[in-house]
Amino acid sequence: MIDAEGVIKSFGPRTILRGIDIRVETGETLVIIGGSGCGKSTFLKCVIGLHHPDSGKIVVDGVNVADLKTEREIAEYRRKFGYLFQEGALFDSMTVWENITFGLRYLTDIPPGKYRKIASDCLALVGLKDIEDFKPSELSGGMKKRVALARAIAAQPSYILYDEPTTGLDPIMTDVIADLILDLQKQLKVTAIAVTHDMKAAYKVASRIAMFHEGKVLQVAHPEIIKISDNPYVRQFVDGKSEGPIKMKLKDFEAEGASNHVVKKNDVARN
Amino acid sequence: MIGSAVGGFGKFILDTAEETGQFTFLVRSTFGWMTSYRIEWRQTLIQMVKVGVESLPVTAMTAFFTGMVLALQTGASSKHFFNEPLFVGTVVAFSLVMELAPVMTAIVVAGRAGAAIAAELGTMKVTEQIDALYTLGTDPIRYLVIPRFIAFMCVLPLLTVASDFTGIWGGYLVAHAKYQIPATVYWHDIVNNMEIRHFVHGFLKTFVFAAVVSLVSCFKGVTTRGGAEGVGKATTSAVVISMVLILVLDYFATAVLNAFGIT
Repeated sequence: MIDAEGVIKSFGPRTILRGIDIRVETGETLVIIGGSGCGKSTFLKCVIGLHHPDSGKIVVDGVNVADLKTEREIAEYRRKFGYLFQEGALFDSMTVWENITFGLRYLTDIPPGKYRKIASDCLALVGLKDIEDFKPSELSGGMKKRVALARAIAAQPSYILYDEPTTGLDPIMTDVIADLILDLQKQLKVTAIAVTHDMKAAYKVASRIAMFHEGKVLQVAHPEIIKISDNPYVRQFVDGKSEGPIKMKLKDFEAEGASNHVVKKNDVARN
Repeated sequence: MIGSAVGGFGKFILDTAEETGQFTFLVRSTFGWMTSYRIEWRQTLIQMVKVGVESLPVTAMTAFFTGMVLALQTGASSKHFFNEPLFVGTVVAFSLVMELAPVMTAIVVAGRAGAAIAAELGTMKVTEQIDALYTLGTDPIRYLVIPRFIAFMCVLPLLTVASDFTGIWGGYLVAHAKYQIPATVYWHDIVNNMEIRHFVHGFLKTFVFAAVVSLVSCFKGVTTRGGAEGVGKATTSAVVISMVLILVLDYFATAVLNAFGIT
């Protein structure tokens, strides 16, 4: 179980997370939705320990992330997680099978002689085969994503964190990845947090959906409830409409920017 | 106007202080990991090949032509003043072994391998590959920085020794072809006037340069921000800072070595 309480995170003067309170129950898939820059990915990185919250706490299976001090404790903690990066983050200099098994050396005691077989098994789980010796540059976007997914599950984690798993993929591949996530949930019985903008994929894979806005959780609910939510922010986001409270701010900004542009143009014309 | 200038200066001071702090942290972490004796030897060997073997042709060629031009200039000056090309071997060897070979080799390696390191690590940073290392249980300092640091510390001194020899050999070719200085005289000038401490003087400086180029390049790489533009900036600043520091630290290293009588 992942339990976040009052998580605040700033980068310089910009506060990204403004007090996140959320609980992810064992075995469920929580999908986090929200506009760009609302803190979804930052929250995922706080969970795995890539970022350290300024205040608040994240407790995973009774262990507070902030209390991890020794190398052994940190390794034990990371052992529990698989992380799928937005762009895959595959290591360019390594082949597919070396990428998939990279973490095994540091996170497990599995002898290196078994790595190749594990890589093939993980590739099979994500629907790929015979690409073990390819370099990431030889793969398509969808294949890269699936190889990255294979890498995330190679060490048999208890938790998988998906950072925008379907971004940049065509609709069919998006659905394939969503199916894959569902299959992995069933086969590996992992707890997962997925960050996405894609509502179709979100409805498909989510046990619950959490809507983030400006660093706070607006609503957490079952997908069917989110579909009929009367929260105007959630409503606007799930319907994908330009009119609404989220876009209003952007419009204000655009109007201001446009008027500045006109003033500047007039100044130039006068001179 | 004044307010923005003061603000800009303040920001510069803050940014410099922040960067210095981050660099100090990287150096501390590097030595911290090294003392734990958990070194990625395979990566270190790969880096030795990249930094050393692949740089050898260009550093050797640079030293070769430096030795040639030194002999040409020394012979011409000597002929002008004494009507005779005197001590060409001595001047070539002293200049190369104590100053030119260490400094020029370090600068060439900074431009070649240092830039490559900053670009590679910078690209890894902006494509989240460094974050991926963390999530896969590896510390990027241990996996990326230490192998490069050790590779530089081992290989740059060797490249410098190679530059010493090729430079002196280049000087000999010019001395012999242009000024008809016999081989025995050229080598005699070197062996009779040089002592082992002169070689040690130049050799010790290469460790300072190796540490500077490797750490600055790695630091600029792992702290890259932004996309392709950020990688370009990181690469440029890694090379520029390395080159300036090589020349600045050359002075201080020389002063320290002189103070210890290694001169």
